[in-house]
Amino acid sequence: MSLLQLENLSVTFGNFRAVDNISYKVEEGEVLGIVGESGSGKSVSSLSIMGLIDFPGKVSADQLTFDGQDLQAMPEKQRRKLTGSDIAMIFQDPMTSLNPCFTVGYQIIEALKTHQGGSKKELRTRAIELLTQVGIPAPESRLDNYPHQLSGGMSQRVMIAMSIACDPRLLIADEPTTALDVTIQAQIIDLLIELQRKKQMGLVLITHDLALVAEVAHRVIVMYAGQIVESGPASEVFSTPRHPYTQALLASLPESASGKARLEALPGVVPGQYDRPLGCLLSPRCPYATDHCRKVEPANQGDLDRQVKCHTPLDREGRPTA
Amino acid sequence: MNQSDSKLILKAEDLKQHYHVKQGLFKPDAVVKAVDGISFNLEKGKTLAVVGESGCGKSTLGRMLTMIETPTSGKLAHLGEDLLTLSADAQAKLRQKIQIIFQNPYGSLNPRKKIGAILEEPLVINTKLSKTERKEKALAIMAKVGLKAEHYDRYPHMFSGGQRQRIAIARGLMLDPNVIVADEPVSALDVSVQAQVLNLMMDLQEEFGLSYVFISHDLSVVEHIADDVMVMYLGKVVEQGTREQLFENPKHPYTLALLSSTPQLSPDKRRVRIKLQGELPSPLNPPSGCAFHGRCSYANDRCKTETPLLRLDDQAEQEQGHMIACHAVEENRIEAIEVGAA
Repeated sequence: MSLLQLENLSVTFGNFRAVDNISYKVEEGEVLGIVGESGSGKSVSSLSIMGLIDFPGKVSADQLTFDGQDLQAMPEKQRRKLTGSDIAMIFQDPMTSLNPCFTVGYQIIEALKTHQGGSKKELRTRAIELLTQVGIPAPESRLDNYPHQLSGGMSQRVMIAMSIACDPRLLIADEPTTALDVTIQAQIIDLLIELQRKKQMGLVLITHDLALVAEVAHRVIVMYAGQIVESGPASEVFSTPRHPYTQALLASLPESASGKARLEALPGVVPGQYDRPLGCLLSPRCPYATDHCRKVEPANQGDLDRQVKCHTPLDREGRPTA
Repeated sequence: MNQSDSKLILKAEDLKQHYHVKQGLFKPDAVVKAVDGISFNLEKGKTLAVVGESGCGKSTLGRMLTMIETPTSGKLAHLGEDLLTLSADAQAKLRQKIQIIFQNPYGSLNPRKKIGAILEEPLVINTKLSKTERKEKALAIMAKVGLKAEHYDRYPHMFSGGQRQRIAIARGLMLDPNVIVADEPVSALDVSVQAQVLNLMMDLQEEFGLSYVFISHDLSVVEHIADDVMVMYLGKVVEQGTREQLFENPKHPYTLALLSSTPQLSPDKRRVRIKLQGELPSPLNPPSGCAFHGRCSYANDRCKTETPLLRLDDQAEQEQGHMIACHAVEENRIEAIEVGAA
């Protein structure tokens, strides 16, 4: 049984579908990378797993289960117990996701108190232990610091400490390193992967950095305008992409161009709320689009392990199959 | 003036920018050396990339080059004319020739002004063109950067991030500059849009013979667009050279660490990860000796006390112009690190 299983999950805000019928699963001890441009619905889909979509947003799914438990059917109270302890999340911007009015220690202990309880002394020892685990030097003194006294990398370490406080089995990291410098990014990613291996967590890594996903993820999902356009084992998706969008994304990276050649940029932008095309959502930007693509939305081909949502998936040479 | 001088557009010599920070009523002011002695030559049609982590002084450098801030000391010459000793009038003239594009296109465009007004403002201030001439010019430049004529009467909020950055680039081009300082122009953009903007910048460079000072923290973008690269750490240049020298034969431990921390798509380009301990030290209280010694695995006692000078790499002739500030490199204490052994 998979740790987390989604089937046809949609999130709508009024008439706008931010996430459009996505299905995927996460196994225990697996790193799943979700990539896509801004507005592709990566963050919203993970917020819906955490139950953090507020009115007027609406979440609907044929199946949304964590470890066999139906997250939609269970009472609100029980779900809240689950999220935060068994499912935890790290947010993008560590500077704004910590509360500036409370000390770091208070905020870590708050999570522990809610989910596990214990005496003041025990909680404090556990908090120090957590800060040591995420590699913060002199954790005893750091507990009494306020977030503004910490650098970006430090705050992100505190966020990670908070999220692993209750030994989660699934950790969702939403752009954990976007606000950080490369050397600090490397430190944080190494830390996350090390913790993930040690605790055999499932890790969902949401990012727009394709190279980062290529380095650490086992499986990868590519999202475009709220839909999953391709998914599969990371090495396969990046070496032989089957969807034109994945191919174009990879081609537009500076490292794929040789020397000072022009980059192969995908023309246009991601469709928003008011300019969603008929048929395949990529059709106005896709170099291979046919009239059929512009009228009929393609279905997902293949099983959950290797999906592609295209009428004419690309073959090994990167050309569309007729 | 000989051949090489005529191509030289911008020449900086030992530029410094020191800020005084109040520490309290009775304490003496602290000095932050945001930029501490930077020299470079920028030729016509070339791109100089400035790389480093946040807080290393790369944006301050950009602000000095455009004369938004006056350097504390040093020399800055544009086409042989010293920019810093001129009269205010002459400075204002020359200032037109060096323009800047900012990082965040959501913050750098006035939301209350239409695109036309934004683009024409530099002309209103600096030229005596009539209203129709101004509009003509604005429309011509808009066409060059891939904006349509109907965008002239729209407001910035009606555009996507990539289009806004095109507007910012168009505004930079309005006064026919020689040099454009681009301060992280693509870091707020998505990959596919980033590629469009980078292509545009390279096309414009070819068409107008522009020189770029390209400030970025993204090494894969820099490797693509730069001719010369300068790596900065805490206000100082630690390594400087051509793109080939820097990416194929990096020498300074900090450059090596930066390169190894950048994620790579293809497994055979990945480098052995060099783990850097800790973070950038506070510029208020920089370490003694080499500023990098606290995070460097090659540091010895000499690094802790003596500041390394930027000097030419004394290997074979092919390494011409490759400058490094490191004791360990000088003493040959760094063993070669293989690419693709990860």
